Amino acid sequence: MPETNNNLVRIRDLHFSRGRSKIFNGIDIDIPRGKVTAIMGPSGTGKTTLLKLIGGQLKPEKGTIHFHGENIPAMKTKKLYDVRKKMGMLFQSGALLTDMSVFDNIAFPLREHTDLPEVMIRDLVLMKLQAVGLRGARDLSPSQLSGGMARRVALARAIALDPEMILYDEPFTGQDPISMGVLVELIRSMNDALELTSVIVSHDIQETLAIADQIYILSQGKIVGHGSPHEMNQSDSPWINQFVHGEADGPVPFHYPASSYKDDMLSGR
Amino acid sequence: MFDWFAQIGKNAIEFYARLGKEVLLFIQTLLAFVPLVLRPGLIVQQIYSVGVRSMLIIIVSGFFVGMVLGLQGYNTLVDFGAEESLGVVVALSLVRELGPVVTALLFAGRAGSALTAEIGLMKATEQLSGLEMMAVNPVDRILAPRLLAGIISMPLLAAMFSAVGIFGGYLVGVDLLGVDEGSYWSQMQAKVDFDQDIVNGVIKSFVFGVVATWIAVYEGYTCIPTSEGVSRATTRTVVYSALVVLGLDFLLTALML
Repeated sequence: MPETNNNLVRIRDLHFSRGRSKIFNGIDIDIPRGKVTAIMGPSGTGKTTLLKLIGGQLKPEKGTIHFHGENIPAMKTKKLYDVRKKMGMLFQSGALLTDMSVFDNIAFPLREHTDLPEVMIRDLVLMKLQAVGLRGARDLSPSQLSGGMARRVALARAIALDPEMILYDEPFTGQDPISMGVLVELIRSMNDALELTSVIVSHDIQETLAIADQIYILSQGKIVGHGSPHEMNQSDSPWINQFVHGEADGPVPFHYPASSYKDDMLSGR
Repeated sequence: MFDWFAQIGKNAIEFYARLGKEVLLFIQTLLAFVPLVLRPGLIVQQIYSVGVRSMLIIIVSGFFVGMVLGLQGYNTLVDFGAEESLGVVVALSLVRELGPVVTALLFAGRAGSALTAEIGLMKATEQLSGLEMMAVNPVDRILAPRLLAGIISMPLLAAMFSAVGIFGGYLVGVDLLGVDEGSYWSQMQAKVDFDQDIVNGVIKSFVFGVVATWIAVYEGYTCIPTSEGVSRATTRTVVYSALVVLGLDFLLTALML
């Protein structure tokens, strides 16, 4: 693999199950430095689980996840916490601490991990807030924020420690068109301005295709497609086609697995 | 038949695995007390919400329990002409038994349930996950300060309960029923032993503080992160705390008698 050194994250032969259902059945993913990588797939394919595996919150049954050449599942707790300082994660809900103001939420990682004087923390927080356009909202509490604003505050918090990589969990879900546009713009511009590596997990096709450099499509525990957004649009694979064009039936069936409809209806008598 | 045996084995293994995890988490939380010394602000904040805000219910309950003891004690003692000993009866009952036990039960209902709900909701809204991803260990930042605050608060609350109760017994016994004020206090001073009785009560309330706060914190941290899960965990906190406190009370009394 010639471009190994360019990959910040390298996942090989990843297996993971929850209870009896197999979520990942041997997947390989490379996340190149400085690029926006999107991981897409229907709901319930374990996209969020994948982010938790990369963040070390879950342990895979088998397989490796190398970050900077070090295997995350094999790390001791202390090491893992050190590595997490280099990652930012944007949760779907924002996951802001509800007992603190917006300002204190963004200052939180700085206060926990650095000995910076309060004056400098203030400057840093205001810079991060300015970047997401919410400097004026610093005194609000998280419950006063709209969904889109909460996500932007969470984004400001995720970049507070200047991480190398940001993991976005469904950043576009449930956003109005304006917030959606703002987030799309922010994710791309942050990635380029701060030289970040971004991983987006999403099922919003148009928004994701617009900003991603490369895309992986997951379905039923396997990678079913991989390539640039252009290649995805042109693909003739039935899986990718169904997903990209949002068809109700196809390789991913409309019906949840069940016994035959006729038998089911008659058996009630 | 073999399935049945297999099931027993499976349950036993699961039980011990859970127990092991719980003990490990407990040790981790205790170890996290050490760095906490450098951040007294975190502990003070929790002592305020766990301890100070429980004071009202503790003081009011202590007062009424003391008054009831004064009334009941007087009615029994007066038959033997021993009403002068009312002070001893009230003080010993409170310091050795009712202070630590009733305080622990009220503490579980007031502070324990709040702790479980708070931590459970933090889990349900991904705040704990968020902390982990910000490289902040929730065991150090959330569990440890709360547990330590509970352990510090409980003996203090129990002491307040007993003190206010003794005063309540005094009001009923001396002011209302006419027991001699001098005997109320002097008999109490003579018969309540510091090493035997007071220390005994302090040890109890300390143990109850550890147990009740730990149950609350643990149930919140391990709850199923849904509204139903949080509600169940909160109920379990109150029920388990009450049972464990009463059971341990018997054990501790037997050991220290």
